[in-house]
Order: sequence, then C-alpha cells, then structure tokens
Amino acid sequence: MNHDSPHESDEHDRDHAREHGHSHGGSELSEMDARVRALESLLVEKGYVDPAALDILIETYETKVGPHNGACVVAKAWVDAGFRARLLHDATEAIASLGYTGRQGEHMVALENTARVHNMVVCTLCSCYPWSVLGLPPVWYKSAPYRSRAVIDPHGVLRDFGVTLADGVELRVWDSTAEIRYLVLPVRPAGTEGWSEKELASLVTRDSMIGTGLPKSADTRRAA
Amino acid sequence: MNGIHDMGGMQNFGPVVHEPGEPPFHADWERRAFALTLAMGGTRMWNLDQSRAARESLPPAQYLGSSYYRIWIEALSKLMLQRGLVTREELADGRMRAPPVPAPGVLAAEGVAAALARGKSTQRSTSAPARFGVGDAVRTRVINTPTHTRLPRYCRGKRGTIVAVHGSHVFPDTNALGNGEQPQWLYTVRFDAVELWGPDTTAGAVHVDCWEPYLETLTGSQ
Repeated sequence: MNHDSPHESDEHDRDHAREHGHSHGGSELSEMDARVRALESLLVEKGYVDPAALDILIETYETKVGPHNGACVVAKAWVDAGFRARLLHDATEAIASLGYTGRQGEHMVALENTARVHNMVVCTLCSCYPWSVLGLPPVWYKSAPYRSRAVIDPHGVLRDFGVTLADGVELRVWDSTAEIRYLVLPVRPAGTEGWSEKELASLVTRDSMIGTGLPKSADTRRAA
Repeated sequence: MNGIHDMGGMQNFGPVVHEPGEPPFHADWERRAFALTLAMGGTRMWNLDQSRAARESLPPAQYLGSSYYRIWIEALSKLMLQRGLVTREELADGRMRAPPVPAPGVLAAEGVAAALARGKSTQRSTSAPARFGVGDAVRTRVINTPTHTRLPRYCRGKRGTIVAVHGSHVFPDTNALGNGEQPQWLYTVRFDAVELWGPDTTAGAVHVDCWEPYLETLTGSQ
C-alpha cells in the first residue's frame, strides 16, 4: 500500500515485460528511464536546461546535504546552552550560523522535545521537508500511509517505527502547510555527559529530527 | 481543491513502511527527474504554487498509482505543455521539432550553488498590521475552492489558537492562479486533536500553518 514506493514502478516494469513476452535485461531501459532520458535530451537541446547544472544538483543532494547537517545542529544545541536558546528563538538564524541555509530551509522553526512533550512533523498536502538540514525526504515521509495518519493517529505511526512514548507525554504534530520548515530537537540521551559534539552527532538519527524516532542510546555508540 | 493529495486523516492506506539506510534516490531516472524539475524551475515560467497545483490536480487514481518522482515528471510535462515550452510530439520521443520559447532564466551550472544557498524566501514586507496575535482564539474558514489552497480539509471550520506569527508571506491561493503573490500574514495555529477528530485520535494537538485569509476571529463562547 506504499503508493510512493519506487519499487512499484519496478514491479510494473516486470509486469509489462511479462505481458509483452520479453524480459528486461540489465541494459534495457524501463519506461521511466526512457521517458526521462528523452525529456532531458529535449530540454537540453532547447536550451532550457544546462546539463552540467543537473549533475551539480544531484551531487549536492546525494552527497553534501543530508541529515548529518541536522545532526550537527542538534549536537551543538545539546552542548551549548547559548546556541540552544538561539535555535529555539530564531532557528533560521542559528542554523545559518553553522552554514546551513537555502532551499527548503528558508524559514526554520526548531521544536524542542522534553520529558513531557514529543513533536512529530508531517506534510499532509505534499512532501515539505527541511532540505537544508535533513536533505531530501525518505519515501515513507512522502507516502500516503504517513501523510494520512500522522495527524490523526501519530501514536499508531510511532508504533510502525517501533517507538513507544512514556505515559503522559503530550504528542504534538506539526503539519508543514506553508514554507515554515520544522526541525525536531530531540532529548539528549542519558549517559552522554562529557561527550564531544561529534560523538553526540553520531547518535542523532534522521527520524529523531522528524519525530518518528529517538536518538540512539549511549550504549549504541560505545558498542559501535 | 479537495484533491487526493489532501490526505490528512484518511484511513486504510496501511502501515508506514520504513526502509533502513534509505538512499535519496532508488533509480537513476529519479535523480534526473529531481534535477530536471529543479532546473526547469530556473526558467521562471511558473512559481512554486503553480508547480504544486500541477501535481495535486493529476487525476486521483493516477496520483495514487504513481511513484513520487513520476508525479513530478507528469506535473513538469503538464506545465511545459501549458506554456508552450514543448509539444506533445516532442515529449513523446525527445526530438526537438519546434524552436524554443524565450524563457526568463536558465539555471547555469556555475549558478547552482549560489541559487541553492540563497533559497527562495516567501516572506514579503507589508504595511498591513497583523490581525491576530499569539494566544488569540480563531476559527478556520469553511472553504471548498476548486483551485489550489494550503488549508487542509481536516482543519476547516475548526477552533484553534494562534501560537506563532511568522510575518507576511506569499499567498499560495492567488499565486497558484497567476494572480500575484498578494502577501498575507502567516500564523501557526494549534488545534486540540479532539476538535479536529472527536475521540478517534491518538494525537494531543495538531499545528497547521495558516494564512490570514484562512482565519476568522472566534467570537462568543468557547
């Protein structure tokens, strides 16, 4: 039922191949492969697109911008009370001070998890997500199951992630309907006193910054 | 539009499937589709809201049956056809037949890093005072516009409280129609989950970002 799953198109291609009595070998292009290649060739020929720009865009979001950015923000907030205060007051400015700016992070808000409050972020209407700190969203974030349920049954969604909150914790959901982008500031794991920012950042998972997960425990890090 | 994209509160889509260590892209065509969509935004032949409107106005069955980046490609194709950038014949085989249409911009390779770092702020200055402040009780309007809006169905006609004021921002409902940015004050509104769903919810509160035209003053009791 994961309608945004890219694997569906693979299945479709296999079905297509069966229907037409031929198999898709490794060199044969899928329907979308062929279509997007044709589109790129057309748009480059027309001069609307600079092909070198495409490569830079892909490289940027595949290798440079990702949840490691957000992990650095969270780790700094865990060790630096002044930065934490700035982050909660004006997240756009605080995050920019670490060098993370730009597309899909123009207007940032940080949501502080505490022993009593847990925040979870969704975009029910499309796939709004803080690219500048988390990179591109995972498939599940863009999928119908998550978008439909996060606002009505967030505890059920957390169960899908294997997360159970302590009794009495208030679960607050944030639907990203405008250009405000939300970053969850998770609770610092116990037993990490004296850890460096770099060590702490290694505990910060992408899901913990969306609110569908928790940071790794101190034990996880030591075992690794 | 009361479209299929407006999924908040729908049921029966099944569990959320989590892929550990998920890569940003699952096929090479997804990489290209992503980059082409961003690069074509650089032509400035449409705006963000028109791009969203193109995706969400796909026929519902097609929307649900398409993978994410396939939706992007369908919407991109639609926008380009509407504006005469390409023809159906050209899209079919990728061979140019008609000369290019002059576009206001092209995203050049040397400009990508700066463009991404700059982003596209939607905040605009305004001389109009904000109608609401933090702590104000509001009610969302009941609207069923057939065109683009960012007020989800599940929170129309609902009582909430302003928890943040974000300044004046481009108004999607007019911008998507090409009727200008018409900046409006933007607020975060907190709704008790029970106000939205009755007892059938596990949420405590749901927050939604609402432009001022989506809101009215809550008068009387409650």
